[in-house]
Amino acid sequence: MYSDKVMDHFQNPRNVGKMENPDGIGKKGNPVCGDVMELAIRINDNIIEEAKFLTFGCCAAIATSSIITEMVEGKTIEEAEQISKKAVAEALDGLPPAKMHCSNLAADALQDAIEDYRSKKK
Amino acid sequence: MKKRYYLDHNATTPVRPEVIEAMLPYMSETFGNSSSVHWYGQAAKNALELSREKIAAVIGADAEEVFFTGCGTESDNIALAGYMTAEKTRNGLVTTTVEHSAILKSAERLSKRGADVAYAGIDNQCVIDLDALRSAVNDTTALVSVMHANNETGVLQPIGDAADIAHEAGAIFHTDAVQSAGKIHINVKDMGIDMLSMSAHKINALKGVGAVYIKKGINVEPLTVGGSHERGIRPGTENIAGIVGFAAALELLQSEHEERAARLSALRDRLESEIGNRIPNILFNGRDARRLPGTSNISFPDVDGEALLFSMDLAGIAVSTGSACTSGAVEPSHVLIAMGIPPYMAQSSIRFSLGLGNTGEDIDHVIHVLPPIVERLRNISGSAQ
Repeated sequence: MYSDKVMDHFQNPRNVGKMENPDGIGKKGNPVCGDVMELAIRINDNIIEEAKFLTFGCCAAIATSSIITEMVEGKTIEEAEQISKKAVAEALDGLPPAKMHCSNLAADALQDAIEDYRSKKK
Repeated sequence: MKKRYYLDHNATTPVRPEVIEAMLPYMSETFGNSSSVHWYGQAAKNALELSREKIAAVIGADAEEVFFTGCGTESDNIALAGYMTAEKTRNGLVTTTVEHSAILKSAERLSKRGADVAYAGIDNQCVIDLDALRSAVNDTTALVSVMHANNETGVLQPIGDAADIAHEAGAIFHTDAVQSAGKIHINVKDMGIDMLSMSAHKINALKGVGAVYIKKGINVEPLTVGGSHERGIRPGTENIAGIVGFAAALELLQSEHEERAARLSALRDRLESEIGNRIPNILFNGRDARRLPGTSNISFPDVDGEALLFSMDLAGIAVSTGSACTSGAVEPSHVLIAMGIPPYMAQSSIRFSLGLGNTGEDIDHVIHVLPPIVERLRNISGSAQ
């Protein structure tokens, strides 16, 4: 059902945890269908230095959370904003069609975190 | 090969060696079509009718009241759609909110075709509310259908009482006994059951065989047409080998009944007790009700059921979940929701169902690997204790 990459990120998720004083925090999810994702980012000089996540959800939800924290590290905010759900799924060597909404969740949580950072900056 | 632990017997079961042995001749030597007049056909026919007698005896029915189908789902469909179509004077169907989808989808389709369908609710232990059933049943009700054992929680319904309620209103009573027939003693005459569905692959016989009991005198419109097999109720060349196996499995269960129930209950109770001791913040669903001896449904808040399922699979353990994603559904288990369990907790549920071959060693392995799995996933969701 799942690619080796998904299983790897599920069993060995990167960057799990709560961030102290994050610069931006995004939370997305639908507890009724099952997944809730919280993504925190630390930003320095317009670059995302660090990202951490906490996720209640299925294997795909955990894997997409994990990989997106890897994908944003070292990117500028503008670059990070371009990360689409398709890119997240591709980075995991694909997701089953029924699980594509999980990659949505990750991309949306990231947008939310960036949005949060921008609104705080003001 | 990695050691595996199968704790998903409510989903399906291994075919037991005695059953395989009973079936084999009907694949290679006496492989005839029971409709054929020659020796091969008659040998097949004899086996078919002998199996029918045996199966009828197990549930307290007459042989002529038992009809073979391809599965429990088909039996449910024949009972519901078949009866409601044949019955011309009343239009009402009453069932429950926790039935298997074979019943629920049949009811839904009948409703679209004009039947008056009502669903009686259950309490928080998954037991039907008999008062609710009584209010839902009236003199326009043709058929009441209440499952015997719920597949997700293992909870047993008071079907004798439900049958009485049906009869008081002049309706007939059907039970989906797919999860219970063979495991729990059933006598259709004593319990007032007019129709009953059963399935072979839940009791260590082959997939692709089911049966429906229809009390003499009750008319059912066949769903498929084409031959006179099964007195026209279910035409099509019978799966003789599968049916012979079904009868063999049921006969074996009859003789092992007490011992099996005691053994599975003891294993299940130990599983629940040890999990309760080792993992904080969990809920046992339906535990206060009378249940199938080997079934346990547990919610692990803050952990997704599918994630749990995969983690357990990686540890060699096969179980089931009420989580939405795995079943392909959009919503989590309708059974748990009907019990009043909040969606996020229904999403976090695992069903353990024990059966033939499970031992104390399986339980030991589960209670060894499960706590760290739950802790890991709770850490990931941010709710570790």
